[in-house]
Amino acid sequence: MLVSSPRSLEEALAALGDGSCRPLAGGTDLMVAVNHGHPMTSDVVSLDRVDEIRGLTLDGDVVRIGGAATWTLIADEPVRSTVPALAQAARTVGSPQIRNAGTIGGNIATASPAGDSLGVLAALDATVEVRSASRTRLMAIPDVIIGPKVTSLEADELIVAVHVPVVRGWQSYAKVGVRNAMVIATVGVATVVNEEARSVSFGLTSVGPTPLRCPDAEVAACEAFWTLDGTPRTPTARDIGHIAELVMEGAQPIDDHRSSVEYRRHSVGVLAARHLRTAARTLREQ
Amino acid sequence: MRKPYQLHVNGQTLDVLDPVPGESLMTVLRERLGLRGTKTACSEGECGSCSVLVDGELMCSCLVMAAAVTDRAITTVEGLGDDGISDIQRAFVECGAVQCGFCTPGLIVAAHALLDRHPDATTDTVREELAGNLCRCTGYGRIIDAIHSVAIARRGGRP
Ligand SMILES: Cc1cc2nc3c(=O)[nH]c(=O)nc-3n(C[C@H](O)[C@H](O)[C@H](O)COP(=O)(O)OP(=O)(O)OC[C@H]3O[C@@H](n4cnc5c(N)ncnc54)[C@H](O)[C@@H]3O)c2cc1C
Ligand code: FES
Ligand code: FES
Repeated sequence: MLVSSPRSLEEALAALGDGSCRPLAGGTDLMVAVNHGHPMTSDVVSLDRVDEIRGLTLDGDVVRIGGAATWTLIADEPVRSTVPALAQAARTVGSPQIRNAGTIGGNIATASPAGDSLGVLAALDATVEVRSASRTRLMAIPDVIIGPKVTSLEADELIVAVHVPVVRGWQSYAKVGVRNAMVIATVGVATVVNEEARSVSFGLTSVGPTPLRCPDAEVAACEAFWTLDGTPRTPTARDIGHIAELVMEGAQPIDDHRSSVEYRRHSVGVLAARHLRTAARTLREQ
Repeated sequence: MRKPYQLHVNGQTLDVLDPVPGESLMTVLRERLGLRGTKTACSEGECGSCSVLVDGELMCSCLVMAAAVTDRAITTVEGLGDDGISDIQRAFVECGAVQCGFCTPGLIVAAHALLDRHPDATTDTVREELAGNLCRCTGYGRIIDAIHSVAIARRGGRP
């Protein structure tokens, strides 16, 4: 088993070309597996020195986040003010140690149902840029994450960037766990109110095999935030209760060591309602 | 294949002979280089007792693949003080922030990273930034006091 540390994306993609090597970014998922008795047998291509995919750039109304950008970078400016829900999700990941090492590409490639970025990226309709030595694919989150811990990535492909739209309106990510820090989500809810598109979207984490959207709740929320001719209105308490019910119906939670179906479904409703109330108040006061 | 490599630790270049493929920086520091100040407990990033600096950034050495950081500057608890003991280490002693001591090296390394990044850290910042270091003895109060006292001393006594 060999470890290489290419200095450019081209070299990294070439090294992965025959499909027999494993990319290594922060190691916060991969090394846990190695330490727990799954020794690396394949060669490893470290992304630690591939600077082209470690940074991020704000380009008009899209933030292009490198596939190997760390949570520490994503939790800070300019993401904090342009895509606050993603910066909030980044800040909830693990601890400073984990955020300094762990990356957004590793989170997507791991495809854990509890991955904190995944619901946010789904709600924002982010695009994942995947490359191999010979081709580039642009994919939506549901096309990349196709099952619990299952992706559509090929062995020679890397997540080189995530394109995240900058949305005018209101957005947030909220997470329930057993304590404030260092906790895998029991439930996570991302809510995005897009004033330009006059749409509302929800991205749910840890309540389904993959990150979930809630089409029924999104339609109802749209009708609650705008009248049919597009005039903004403030959702009533009744509207919010109804939308939260629909979000709860959209969740597909399971019982596991972290929580129960009932608790998860209930929490999803609480977080969605809280988001909607804050969004309504914030947008009204603007 | 067991390919030897070198690591740059605390300003020295050290040979890692006969490494096991894929092993963690934590294991290499402790078992191959004899630097036992870096502790090992969970091997899964939860406890922070293995914290080191990699090019100045705080990381859990149990999650760093050693062979992937051959050209990085690694600092362990042994390499922090200019002449053996740093202001943070002294403050831990003076404030009584050490009980059994198992968490202490990791916390000292984390505290160095914390004050480098946030010289004006408030108590809330200190608490958030130490979230990756578990201590089962002290209840954290004196650890936070110790770090706070260094922050104040470093800014010339300004609270
Ligand atoms: C203590 C602890 C706490 C954690 N807390 C959280 C949390 O709160 N929320 C959360 O969501 N996660 C959490 N995690 C999980 C983990 O930190 C994240 O999923 C992180 O984003 C993984 O990124 P990484 O760079 O470390 O991935 P790695 O471990 O380096 O890689 C993970 C997988 O992705 C592949 N890969 C990596 N980068 C790419 C790429 N660019 N393209 C294609 N494939 C790639 C690797 O081959 C590997 O299969 C935690 C982990 C630990 C150990
Ligand atoms: S041993 Fe590395 S975090 Fe616990
Ligand atoms: S002093 Fe014992 S674990 Fe912290």
